[in-house]
Order: sequence, then structure tokens, then C-alpha cells
Amino acid sequence: MITRRNFLRSALAGAAGLALPITALELLGPRRLRAERYDSSGVRWVFLVDTYKCVGCGLCVKACKQENEIPYDANVTRTWVERYVLTRDNRLFADSPKGARDGFITSRIDLGQGRYQDIKKEDIKKAFFVPKLCNQCENPPCVQVCPVGATYQAADGVVLVDRKWCIGCGYCIMACPYGVRFFHPNYHVAEKCNFCYHRITRGMKSACVDACPFGARQIGNIKDPDDPVTKVIMTERVAVLKEEYGTKPQVYYLGLSKEVR
Amino acid sequence: MGSHVLRPLFVVVGLVALVLIARIFVVPEDFGVGARGYMYGWHRPGNEEDWKNFTVKYRTAEYCNGCHADKYTSIGQSAHAAISCENCHGPAGEHPSDPPKLAIDRSREQCLRCHYPLPYAASGRGGIRGVDPGQHNPGVECSACHNPHHPSLEGLK
Amino acid sequence: MVHGEAWTLKELFTYPNEYIYWSIQIVMYPFMTGLVAGAFVLSSLYHVFGIKKLKDMARFSLVFSFALLFVAPMPLLFHLQQPLRGLYVFMTPHFTSAIAAFGIVFSTYGAIVASELWFVYRRHFVEAALPLKEKSGKSPVEWFTYLVFCALTLGVYDVSEKSLEKDEKAVKVLAAAGIPVALFLHGYAGFIFGSVKANALWMTPLMPVIFIMSAIVSGIALCMFTYIVAMELRKLFSASRRRAAFRALPADHSPAHQGRSLQGAEPGVIQITSRYLLLFLVAAISLELLDLIFRGYTAVKSWDVLRSVIYGKDFISIFILQYGLGNLVPLILFLMPGLTVRRALLGTLLVLFGVFMMRWNVVIGGQAFSLTFAGYMHYHLPIIPHDYETFKEGLAGALTVGLMPFPLFWVMSKIFPVFDSGGRHE
Repeated sequence: MITRRNFLRSALAGAAGLALPITALELLGPRRLRAERYDSSGVRWVFLVDTYKCVGCGLCVKACKQENEIPYDANVTRTWVERYVLTRDNRLFADSPKGARDGFITSRIDLGQGRYQDIKKEDIKKAFFVPKLCNQCENPPCVQVCPVGATYQAADGVVLVDRKWCIGCGYCIMACPYGVRFFHPNYHVAEKCNFCYHRITRGMKSACVDACPFGARQIGNIKDPDDPVTKVIMTERVAVLKEEYGTKPQVYYLGLSKEVR
Repeated sequence: MGSHVLRPLFVVVGLVALVLIARIFVVPEDFGVGARGYMYGWHRPGNEEDWKNFTVKYRTAEYCNGCHADKYTSIGQSAHAAISCENCHGPAGEHPSDPPKLAIDRSREQCLRCHYPLPYAASGRGGIRGVDPGQHNPGVECSACHNPHHPSLEGLK
Repeated sequence: MVHGEAWTLKELFTYPNEYIYWSIQIVMYPFMTGLVAGAFVLSSLYHVFGIKKLKDMARFSLVFSFALLFVAPMPLLFHLQQPLRGLYVFMTPHFTSAIAAFGIVFSTYGAIVASELWFVYRRHFVEAALPLKEKSGKSPVEWFTYLVFCALTLGVYDVSEKSLEKDEKAVKVLAAAGIPVALFLHGYAGFIFGSVKANALWMTPLMPVIFIMSAIVSGIALCMFTYIVAMELRKLFSASRRRAAFRALPADHSPAHQGRSLQGAEPGVIQITSRYLLLFLVAAISLELLDLIFRGYTAVKSWDVLRSVIYGKDFISIFILQYGLGNLVPLILFLMPGLTVRRALLGTLLVLFGVFMMRWNVVIGGQAFSLTFAGYMHYHLPIIPHDYETFKEGLAGALTVGLMPFPLFWVMSKIFPVFDSGGRHE
């Protein structure tokens, strides 16, 4: 017979029985407690791109590839620059040949598969360049889907990939709405921009920031109120890419246009 | 003889135990939950150090200034002041020990990165003086006539 | 060369790092997993719900499910860039990832199927091991067989009525427990895709349910197919053996001997199984169409590019091959009165093809458009492999995975006899 006492007792036992395996899944232990002491040092890296200043020279891409040892001729890159050309009859053309490693030294738009489209000067209504790199999202979907903990977010917000632990399933590549990830041609593990982690943690700026002659790229610490980047983000009109995915990207853009994908 | 029904369960328990033992040997000592919690911070902290120890190749113009102060100051006055040395001279690395001499990019394509005329009014590119590479002395290195360090017309060689 | 570059053709505006990273092996993976789940559900219909007509099929599909179980992770391993690190999923699982669950769910499911098999075949193991135990002067082959079956008994030699009753009860419990796990196993494979918010085609909560339905469809279809083929082959073999016997002993032409001749696939079994196949097929199609209609009706940002892929670039593989040839034609074949074995065979083959095309259209179709929504990527399946990469992620790799279950099943049927010879088992 089911009395209230019996019911409660068995319900409690059932709940405890269910809770046990769930806590086991989290693998709690002293390791976790120790790891939590790595906590923040008051740094959260963010990036600021001024699309008005970008001229599409691609020196940032060139520097990035060499600094971060991405095979120079491989058709993948940690950062790239896109060109957008809107014509008078409202057609949108965009390209990023070789990620703009060699800049844009032709007026022809690369349509892929060896086809090009030349656009006459008088047909151009609006045209500009947009540099892209990893957004180091506050809610990085790539990290969420890593099955083994090979990619993760450091306390300062930068998402890193552990080359010794990545199994190369490609789930993170599929999960990134910005297309910043790829497989490293030599290491055969997931690869992406990490804001030149080795530079910023040494007090330097990322290689692309140093390479940009026009100041279109800047890196800063949003937790520091005196940081010039923080000041711009806090006081001026900035936008982020693909906000609708809820990833909370931390690369801010000045002068973003609605055509940008 | 006890109930045989539990035999497969023993096998399963044995296998689980094997996996747990393997974890002790395979999982790095420091693997754990970092600052961003289990969802975003489940990782091997040693890897953060691996990335921090990655070699710097681009040492910035300040590094060049250490030896080439004269060039640094004079180019600093020119219209190309904003362009970092290593953009054309290549990453310094451990120069002058390694490499002793840097490979300079003097190609026309290097100059055309900015000076190919693209009439994009909405971007800074539209305001840069450009030349049509097909018309303007094709096949000749730009630096044959122009001094890249002092690109104004007075600087013509 | 960058991974994916060999078989990806990019058109219009795509991001520089975009390639078809998940290729044929990831099509094979949910296909094989689906077959595992479907085969198990079919066997459980007999064990749990006591659908007596499926008795022949039950034992068969259980063993087949076990054979498929070993093949299901193969495409994953083929696809990994670091296959040797595959076991890290067990070492440092990150459960916010749908893939991390694979290790746990898959092993749980494997344990259930293996245990169920053990209970079903325990008596056979004992009966196979005991005579060899007593026999003196065993040949090396006999020694090997003896050791295998000895190990398989797990040290239990009790085959009394009481213990066999316990076995039956255990089988029932395991088969019942296996159904949700099998469904979960495949539902979560759907979740792997459905939860990728960056992919406009994949992201729908219907994905796991669609995957479960089509999994059951494909599992039943494969079991029917293999059952028919196996039974017909047995009939053929026994007929030729009998003919040989006749030739040797022409006098022995008694009707009693004829009576013992083996029959082919039983139309009754085919009939009832095909009814369940139809049921799940209709459910699967309804869900897929619901998803399609809903996308068109709500027409969110991604619809423009999705429409151009679904109704344009992938029209043939979606509407002609998947819905037409893979769904509609078999639907008609099975619904026409007087189902013959031959028609059932064709129908199951088409159903299998349809489910495969569905996986293809999800996995490859989901990467047919760029994240920019302004460009496309075409997948060119490598037919002739020129290196390891184009082998494993090409036709050759897919065929390797697709054909693997059959030799495996053959080996397993040596240990777990699938066909009742003379009704020795209850």
C-alpha cells in the first residue's frame, strides 16, 4: 500500500539514486578546486576593428600567417579581410581571395571556381573592407561542443586549442558561426586565432595589430577602464557580428554595414 | 551457486573499472575545470603555458630601433611612417643572430596592396594615390625609381 | 593540402576557412547507428511485446544489431584527424558536447545488447562447451572452440529449467531497457546535428525525432533484407545439397525426406514486419515534411539560401532520390495487395537507399551553403583514392564501412547460431 511516508521515502531514494550518477559525471574533485584558483587577474581581452580605416592591404593576414606558423600557401588562415562591393543595381559582391593574404590588387571580384566579375567604377554604389578574426565569444559554441576539453576559454577570455589533446572530430569547426576554425595542415588538429596569446601575455600587441599601418585593428582589455579600446567601445557606436546566435562576440566593429556577413 | 543473472553485470563493472584505471595513467595531472566553469573551462592548464611560450617572430619597429635608430628616426618623418619595418623586411625573429640577413619584399605586389587604385569611397582605400600597374612601367620594381622609405616625389631616386 | 580542400568546390562568397569538413563518413555514421538502433527495436518487438510472428526475426536481428554495433564507431574513427586519440572521449569527457555522450550511451547500449545475447545463447554455450570438456585428445581447433565457449559461459554451467526461466525473464527486462537506450543512442545522433546553431539546415528540435524514426525504418529494412537473402540462400544451399544426396542415393526418395527440406523466407514474417516498416516510414516522412513546411512558412533569415539549396541545387537528391525513389516507391510497393518476397526485397532496398539519401542530404546538404548565406560549396565524392585521406573519406571508405557488418555477422553467427535448426531452442 502506498502511504505518504512510503511514497516520500521512495521518491527521496529515487532522487538520490539519480543524483549520484549525475554528480559523478561532473568529475568533481580537488583538481577542480585547484583549477578554480587560476581565476581572473582583471584581464578580458577584446578587439576593436575600425572598418573605415581598413584599406584591404592584407598586411595583417601576411603577418598573422608567419607569426603563427600557418603554412603560407595553405588556403586557410586565422584572420582574413573581406571586400564588399554593392552595385547601383543593388547587387552585392563579396570576396576574400586567399583570405586577402596578398591584399586586393585587382578590381575583379573572385566568384570562385575560376570565375571573376569586373565591376566598373561608375557602377559601384558602396564598397569597403572588413577584417575578420576569432571573436573570442563570451559564450563560445566551439568550446561547448568539444567532446574532450581540448578547446577551452582561459580566464582572460581567449579561447585556445590544446594541440596535444584535440582528437580532430571537427565539431568545433561546425559549431562556429563565423567560420574562423579549420584543421591545421601540419598538426591535423583544430586551429584558430587566439589573439596571438604568446604576444598579448608578454605585454605586446597581436601581430595583425602591429602590422596594420592604418590603425584599423586594435586590441585591449575591457576590464581596464583607461584602456583606449575600452573607451571607444563604451562611448562610441560599435556593433558585433551575428549577434542573433547568442555567442556574445568580443570583437567590436566601428562602421559595420548591413551587408556584412 | 549464486544467481547467475548478475554475471554480465560483473563483466560490465570490470570494464568500467578498467576505464577508470586507464584514466589515472592517461589523463594529465592538471586536467580540470578552469575559471570559466565546466562548460567553457574544462581543460589542461598546462596548455595555456604552451601557448604563452610560443615563439614571437614579429618584434615590432621598436626592436629595430635598438640598432637601426637612424633609419627609425628618418623613416618616422616620411609618409610611410605608419608601415612597420617588418611588413617589408620580414619578421625579425632573433635577427641579427637568426636570421643574419632579412629577406626584403620588394615586389610590385607588395606596393600594390595599397596603391592599386580601388575607387571605394566608403573606405580609406579610395583616398590613397594609386597607379595602374598595367600602364605604369610594368615589370620594373617600384623601388627602382621610388624610395620606399621616402615615397614623396622629392624622394625619387 | 588543407583537410576538405580535395573534395570541396567553392562558389560565390564563402569564408576562406570553409570546406566540407564532415563528408561521407559522417553520412555513414548516423546511417550505421540507425541500423543498430532499428535492428534492436525490431528484436525487442518480439521479446517485450510478445509479437510471436516476429520470433524468427527477433534472434536474427539481435545478432545483426550486435554485428552492426562494432561497425557503428568505425566511420567516426575513419573521420577523426587523430584517430589514436579517440579514447580521450572516455578519459576527459566534456558532457556539454553531444559527442561526449557517445562514449557512455554507446557503451551502455553495447552492454545491454551483449548481456541480452548472453542470456539468449547461454544454454547454447554450455551445450557447446560441455561435450568438448569431456573429450580427451582435442585437436587444436577443438581446443580453441572449447576455450571460446568456456569463456562465453562466464563460468555458469547451470542449465536447469529454473535457471532458464530466469534467463528468459532477464532477456525481457534487457530488451525493454534496450529500447529507450537504442532510441536515445540514435536520438542523440540527431542531437549532434540538431544542436549546431551555426548550421541553418541542421538546427531544429525535430532532428532527433526525425533521426529516430528513420533509424527504425532503416533498421527494420536491413533486417528484412538480410533475412530474406539469408533464408533464400539457405534454401538454395540445402536444395543443392539434397540434390547431391539424391544423386548419391537415388533409392532414398522418400516423402519423409522431402518434408524436412528447408523453406525460404516466410511470407507471414515478411508481411508483419513490413507493416511495422510502413508505420515508421509514414511517421518519418511526416516529420520531415513538417520540418520543410515550417521552414518555408516561417522563412527566417537563412530561408533564402536554404530554399535555393533544397529546391535548386539539391532538388534531385532530395525530391527525386530521397522522397521519390526512397520513400514513395517503396510505400506503393508495400501497400499493393499480395506482397511477394521479391517485391519486399526491392522495397527494403529502396527504403535503405532512401534513408541513406536522407542522411546524405542532411550532412552534405547542411554544408552545401556557406555561413555567409551568399555562397555555396559542392561536395565531390572521391571515387578513386589517391591517398589515405581520399580513401577513407571517399567511396572506398564508405563501402568498407557499409559492407563490414556482413562478414562480421557471418563470424558471429558461428558463435550465436541465428537459424533454428530443428527447434532446439524454445
